Amino acid sequence: MKRRLFAALLIGSAAGGVVRLAAQPSNEVSVAASKFEFTPETVKGKVGQPLTFVLTSFDRIHGFKMPEFGVRADIVPDQETRVTITPTQAGSFVFFCDIFCGDGHEEMSGTLVVEA
Amino acid sequence: MQHTDRRDFLKLAGMAGVAFTAGLFPRRQAAAQGSDFHFIQFSDTHWGYKGPANPDAEHTLEKAVVTVNGLPAKPDFIVFTGDLTHTTEDGKERRARMQRFKEIVSALAVKDVRFMPGEHDASLDKGEAFKEFFGATHFTFDHKGVHFIALDNVSDPAARLGDEQLAWLAADLKQRKMDDRIVVLTHRPLFDLVPNWDWTTADGAKAIELLMPYQNVVVFYGHIHQEHHHMTGHIAHHAARSLIFPQAAPGTAPRRPPPPPFDASLAPLGTRDIAMGATVTMTELPVTKG
Repeated sequence: MKRRLFAALLIGSAAGGVVRLAAQPSNEVSVAASKFEFTPETVKGKVGQPLTFVLTSFDRIHGFKMPEFGVRADIVPDQETRVTITPTQAGSFVFFCDIFCGDGHEEMSGTLVVEA
Repeated sequence: MQHTDRRDFLKLAGMAGVAFTAGLFPRRQAAAQGSDFHFIQFSDTHWGYKGPANPDAEHTLEKAVVTVNGLPAKPDFIVFTGDLTHTTEDGKERRARMQRFKEIVSALAVKDVRFMPGEHDASLDKGEAFKEFFGATHFTFDHKGVHFIALDNVSDPAARLGDEQLAWLAADLKQRKMDDRIVVLTHRPLFDLVPNWDWTTADGAKAIELLMPYQNVVVFYGHIHQEHHHMTGHIAHHAARSLIFPQAAPGTAPRRPPPPPFDASLAPLGTRDIAMGATVTMTELPVTKG
């Protein structure tokens, strides 16, 4: 298995109260999941700067997975799901839905663009 | 193999397509236990799909049935490794597609047919409709000295086998000898083929870990709509072609691209004839025009 390039600092559900503080203040970006897209589709981050995805869904359960960061989470409707990562190198990295949600699920993905 | 010398069979099968032979039971001695035989793998028929990736979608499955019925050496049985139907959120339409699919494949001359689900069949209702039409989503059977294990990594929409099924697999394997010939059938790859394309099984590594002590294991799967061959240790994994449209080659783009433009030759589509002996020989049976 490929060595993970990044370390996840925090994965938690605000609704469930499972929250740990990251070492540095985290930038937040809200991402909405719906059949069959993430909005926004492209998210920007910076090397060394913690970034928290604030994930919501209003239609059904979706997944959020970033294999290169070693993180995944369920996005449950009417809950806020938070996933924090800290990029350690510049580049483009994929996130996608990993819970089959219908005809179009395979195209439900987005890109994190990390700048130096 | 019944009523046919193995050498004759390979000669005949080779006429139908490209044969791929490997020491797929690497720890097994040449002196075979049990009889040779062959079976057919269909995968990813996606009955009900309508779209530009295959304008001939309504006829491709029927053509494959004709091809298999015309084989000079009759297979012992046939397996479908998932995505029998294309997904729909309408449960009534899902059942209508399964019904029509069954009608089409009822024309197969071989009547020993085993069906497995893909995520398009089972992930939206956790396999409920599939079970109504085709029975259990995971099961085992034995044929002429080979133990077959069909695993379900799609009824859970998160692509997990789950602890219960893994325990079932472990219990089944405990009854096997270390040198038994074991064939595992799945829809999705058990290993991490392309994690960024979700071409994996969330807990597939646990299944591979359970299988690893056994010396003669081979896995046949579908999902990726193309031939692909991979080893995890001594265990070989072989992906089959689809009967609806091909997918991009693994890992050729950061995000999984849509299916490539329709190939009028239909060459990337087909089924697979698998001959079992001391080794395993796969012969691809392409769909032909007309």
